[in-house]
Amino acid sequence: MQKTRDHKALWLVAPALLLVAFTAVIPLMTVVNYSVQDTFGNNQFFWVGAEWYREILRSDRFHAAFLRQIAFSATILAIEIPLGLAIALTMPKKGLGVSVCLVLMALPLLIPWNVVGTIWQIFARVDIGLLGHTLNGLGIDYNYTQRVGAAWATLIIMDVWHWTSLVVLLCYAGLAAIPPAYYQAARIDGASRWAVFRYIELPKMSRVLLIAVLLRFMDSFMIYTEPFVVTGGGPGNATTFLSVDLVKMAIGQFDLGPAAAMSVIYFLIVILVSWAFYTIMTRDDFESSGGAQ
Amino acid sequence: MARIDLKNVAHSYAATPSSENDFALKKLNVCWQDGGAYALLGPSGCGKTTLLNIISGLLHPTQGAVLFNGTDITSRSPEARNIAQVFQFPVIYDTMTVYQNLAFPLQNRKVPKGEIDVRVRRLAEMLELSNYLSRRARDLSADEKQKISLGRGLIREDVAAILFDEPLTVIDPQLKRSLRSQLKRLHAEFNHTMIYVTHDQTEALTFADQVIVMSEGEIVQTASPQELFERPAHTFVGRFIGSPGMNVLPCAIDNTHAILEGHAINIGRAITLPAGAERIEFGVRPEFVKISDSKDALPVTVEAIEDAGRYRIARLRFHDLRLAAILPESAPLPSGTTRIIFDTENTHLYADSRLVERRA
Repeated sequence: MQKTRDHKALWLVAPALLLVAFTAVIPLMTVVNYSVQDTFGNNQFFWVGAEWYREILRSDRFHAAFLRQIAFSATILAIEIPLGLAIALTMPKKGLGVSVCLVLMALPLLIPWNVVGTIWQIFARVDIGLLGHTLNGLGIDYNYTQRVGAAWATLIIMDVWHWTSLVVLLCYAGLAAIPPAYYQAARIDGASRWAVFRYIELPKMSRVLLIAVLLRFMDSFMIYTEPFVVTGGGPGNATTFLSVDLVKMAIGQFDLGPAAAMSVIYFLIVILVSWAFYTIMTRDDFESSGGAQ
Repeated sequence: MARIDLKNVAHSYAATPSSENDFALKKLNVCWQDGGAYALLGPSGCGKTTLLNIISGLLHPTQGAVLFNGTDITSRSPEARNIAQVFQFPVIYDTMTVYQNLAFPLQNRKVPKGEIDVRVRRLAEMLELSNYLSRRARDLSADEKQKISLGRGLIREDVAAILFDEPLTVIDPQLKRSLRSQLKRLHAEFNHTMIYVTHDQTEALTFADQVIVMSEGEIVQTASPQELFERPAHTFVGRFIGSPGMNVLPCAIDNTHAILEGHAINIGRAITLPAGAERIEFGVRPEFVKISDSKDALPVTVEAIEDAGRYRIARLRFHDLRLAAILPESAPLPSGTTRIIFDTENTHLYADSRLVERRA
């Protein structure tokens, strides 16, 4: 049989290639380009090699922001994933309650991020905010503009309020996809509620949980708008996360080279950690047998 | 092990059933003897699975009571009823090994470890799963998964009854036959009450001592496979069972003759029709239709001959009536027009779809 050799296929992938080039590859390469050069304005650039990378990786400021970022994402995941799972498990399975719950759950997700920030900025204010004023009225010394703990608590509660719904909706979708026969079989087999969760619901939800963890990790790791609006990175640098720091560097100080290098490092960290999550959570799918009992 | 009685049981999936048609299962009384092998046979949507789920306790009947050994257990959970049930599609616990899957129902009932081990290994032997015991269940094929499901149904020896809901649907024909005979063997060994739901007549007739034929939420006949063949109590049974099904032809009655399109057929007995009967039908299985040249035979047109392997099916027409006849392999093939007679002993009359009993 004669093989046809022409390049028609190229035309079929060309639109996708072009789109990806303009939306992802070219902007990314621009940043990479900046990260290995220095400029004094006037559109003049000098090659500096890995200088900016070395500087960023050695800087205490980057280390501190990185640790804060890790702490923030870890806390968010530790709260939102179990909480979302728990809420999804208690949601009604049929009837009018389903639509009511789903709409209520989806509401926070529909609010623009800077509006969420503004809502909480005002809600938590000590002078006029319902939350801040009430807490102080109860004798709790709460002030997110002055106290590190209060600032962190505000940001974490805000994120939980904003994003737990996403985890709930994903888990609920996963639960809804389990055929009723599994629950019936479990009842026949005399399985306890815990066993149903452990051996049916959790394994069947592992895929959506993976997606939930990845989405929440990436999003929280890149969080910018809400801390910027609520605390502005303060008090001091207490809530200056990586992206807040990055913007300060790029726009505040106009250090294009270091900011670009930091962007690339930031990007690689997100990819690396996401890959690690993916590998760990799907590890089970690839290994074959275990022991008899 | 238990005798199971259903007393006036009816079920509707509607919240407030208003008419007879709202009931997926119309009022029925059934008695299943301890240790019997029963098949529930009927087309999809006739209420077989509903009936099964009522027995296992997954469904609470809208009306009536379920009795095990005379005790009313209608409000008990499936677990408390001590019932085993196997579903149409494989249900396995993904993260467990085959061994753990089989052991699960026993573990939940706190059976001692040593005993679990003995039973799991023995059952695995029977189901030919021994080599897979340490494999993770979800890595197996659909066939093997369904064997695990079957195994979980069969692992408990003290169950009141084992219910099968079309358990062999996903299994390929070769294995189907062997599993079916294994089930029969298990039944003979342990004497469990077994109820087997299927829409496949071969499966029902080979598995069960008693077959319960259902149609549109009602039981139309409960009988042995032989009786279902020889004396279908309802035209539905006649048509549904047999390949091809029974010929059911509208007719009139004249004393000892059935009149088909003006042609009188001797049915060898006087007939008393039930009062108010509206639709009279004449039924005869294709096995009892014979080509004949006797002078009172029915002249028919041959429309087609189908070869079914061991025998041939002749599709015949008499005026507007269509009927089938099974021809033995050696018989000469009729063509054009021919004449047929019916085996008088095996002809039936139906009034409003129900069999008009012969009198002794």
